[in-house]
Amino acid sequence: MARYITRRLIYMIAVVLTVSAITFGLMHTIPGGPFTREKALPATVIQNLEKYYHLDDPLPVQYVRYLYDVMVPRLTTQAPSNSLQDDFLINVKMGSLWLRWMNFGPSYAARSRTVNEIFRDQLPISIQLGLMALCVALLIGLPLGILAALKQNSILDYLGMSVAIFGVSVPVIVLGPILIWIFAVTLRWLPASGWGAKPPYVYFFLPRQMSWDFFKYAIMPAFALGLGSSAIIARLTRASLLQVIREDYIRTARAKGVREQVILLRHALKNSLVPVVTILGPMFAALVTGTFVTEQTFGIPGMGRYFVTSITNRDYPVIMGTILLYAVVLVLANLLVDIFYGFLDPRISYE
Amino acid sequence: MAATTLSKTGVLSLAEKKNHKGESLTADAFKRLLRNRAAVMGGVIILVLYLMAAFAPLIAPYPYDQQTLTDQNKSPGWVLAIFPVMKGYVKETSLYPLGADYVGRDLFSRIVYGARISLTVALIGPLISLIIGVVYGSISGYFGGWVDNLMMRIVDVLYAFPTLLFVILLLTFFRFSFAKLEPGTLAYSLAQMDARMGGMLFIFIGIGLTAWETMARLARGQVLSVRQKEFVEAAQTIGASPARIMFRHILPNILGPLVVAETLAIPSYITLEAFLSFIGLGVNPPTPSWGSMIADGATVLRTYPNQVIFPALALAITMFAFNFLGDGLRDAFDPRQRGVN
Repeated sequence: MARYITRRLIYMIAVVLTVSAITFGLMHTIPGGPFTREKALPATVIQNLEKYYHLDDPLPVQYVRYLYDVMVPRLTTQAPSNSLQDDFLINVKMGSLWLRWMNFGPSYAARSRTVNEIFRDQLPISIQLGLMALCVALLIGLPLGILAALKQNSILDYLGMSVAIFGVSVPVIVLGPILIWIFAVTLRWLPASGWGAKPPYVYFFLPRQMSWDFFKYAIMPAFALGLGSSAIIARLTRASLLQVIREDYIRTARAKGVREQVILLRHALKNSLVPVVTILGPMFAALVTGTFVTEQTFGIPGMGRYFVTSITNRDYPVIMGTILLYAVVLVLANLLVDIFYGFLDPRISYE
Repeated sequence: MAATTLSKTGVLSLAEKKNHKGESLTADAFKRLLRNRAAVMGGVIILVLYLMAAFAPLIAPYPYDQQTLTDQNKSPGWVLAIFPVMKGYVKETSLYPLGADYVGRDLFSRIVYGARISLTVALIGPLISLIIGVVYGSISGYFGGWVDNLMMRIVDVLYAFPTLLFVILLLTFFRFSFAKLEPGTLAYSLAQMDARMGGMLFIFIGIGLTAWETMARLARGQVLSVRQKEFVEAAQTIGASPARIMFRHILPNILGPLVVAETLAIPSYITLEAFLSFIGLGVNPPTPSWGSMIADGATVLRTYPNQVIFPALALAITMFAFNFLGDGLRDAFDPRQRGVN
């Protein structure tokens, strides 16, 4: 097992490195640079700026420097400062030394911010939104799927699956404005836009207080984002439960005279949830990395805005940082699923 | 419902038995599809939408880019009745069936023309991803060994990209790299074509380039399972070439499930295009796309809800239709799979 995980981790690093190389090459091939303006800056200014950010080096040198800054941990006596050049994401104090790791560099467009600052302030919002969307997906999807499977081919089944089709058919940009119009504009129950949590956060991503002031902003976006996933969970739960119900051990339990409720809860449901649990990781990754449109619709100050503007601004460190971070999230989620499978199903071996 | 349809097919009258011929699996599946009311309804709606898109100039009362600035945000009476908030500051007019937008363009005409892009994406997206995915996946699955290993590792890397971000990056890359080139090169003619299509071409390429990985994995899996079958072995023993085995023996056997999977994926292509247009990276204005219309409308949601609700409804109806048809197709081709995503 340990060997398998190590091998997968090494492979994961290789994948993320390839992703970084492709992104780096692609974004530098796009014509124009971070200091291209409609009213051109004087040549010397651009030259100095490029020199300051090391953009005048050959591309391979820039790439290696970037990787070095991000990947190689440092042990220094220097405490974290407000300098834009050495803002590390992870700072651990070890006696008189500091272990500092992952410097994603300064943002070219927002002159006084670093990519790590954007991560610290904006990423938690996207994580909060993604987590709540996942909760919505489970709260709607699980009961729907279970009901549909237990009453297969009944009205309930068709109704439940119609709700599922509704869920996948109504994207955020359709549901978002309609929700805002009903609950914010007409009924005035919820705010139309904004977010209820500000940095600093607890444990990097939790809001300091989870009260109505936080949730009133989150309800609509979490629902809009999570509905599509709830449909996926409902279908998966239904299919998996239907399969499990027909297994021999369920018939055996019934023959032994086990009560129907116990059969459902202890024998059927527990086993049928395996595929559902395993999809949660990638689903969470997809939700967190896919909040862009939701954030735009509901005016949420998450990561989304930064990425889209960073591409138009050729804000290289922000583009690289976002794609790398999200790639790590996606790859890690898949690794966790594979490991999890091994624990749940002893028939799978990793040798 | 499924139970009754089964018993209907199960019992054959004497007259039917006499003329009963063997049926191909596909014909059988289509019969099942036609019996699925939701799927047929979806299919009919899609047909109507395609006709609407094809004959847009005949159906739309105005050109999509005709602005009448004096008619800004004017709406017909029935729209005002549905959205009472608009009463008081919106001028009533019967000139526009769904109202006019913020620069005085007919909403209905723009929705009709906007169908073109969504429906073209619904055709081209699956086509590109099917072609690339099937070719890639079958080569990988058929040859196996290090070829398979290398090809699947490439897919792994592409999987690690967050899709929307990657499409945005690719689109920007295409738009800017191909913008200022001298005539005569391929890139130049591509850019010209894109401009003539209102920016659609690069959207197709961007979406197609990011969507084939799933198909490649699926095709590979299918090839791997079919390759073990006796008829492939038989073909190999009589000395058939790999290409012949691929095209004559394997492909016909794997295409069905792949096409069904691709039909189920159509709504995601439509959403992706709408998302891109929504964040302003889709078609070039004034070409209408439902996504960009929703984005425009969302800014005036409080005052003119009709400008966002109607394009949103159009998008939702199209998504419904494709989802119903896709579900029906899957049920018809593989009844055991009902309900599996």
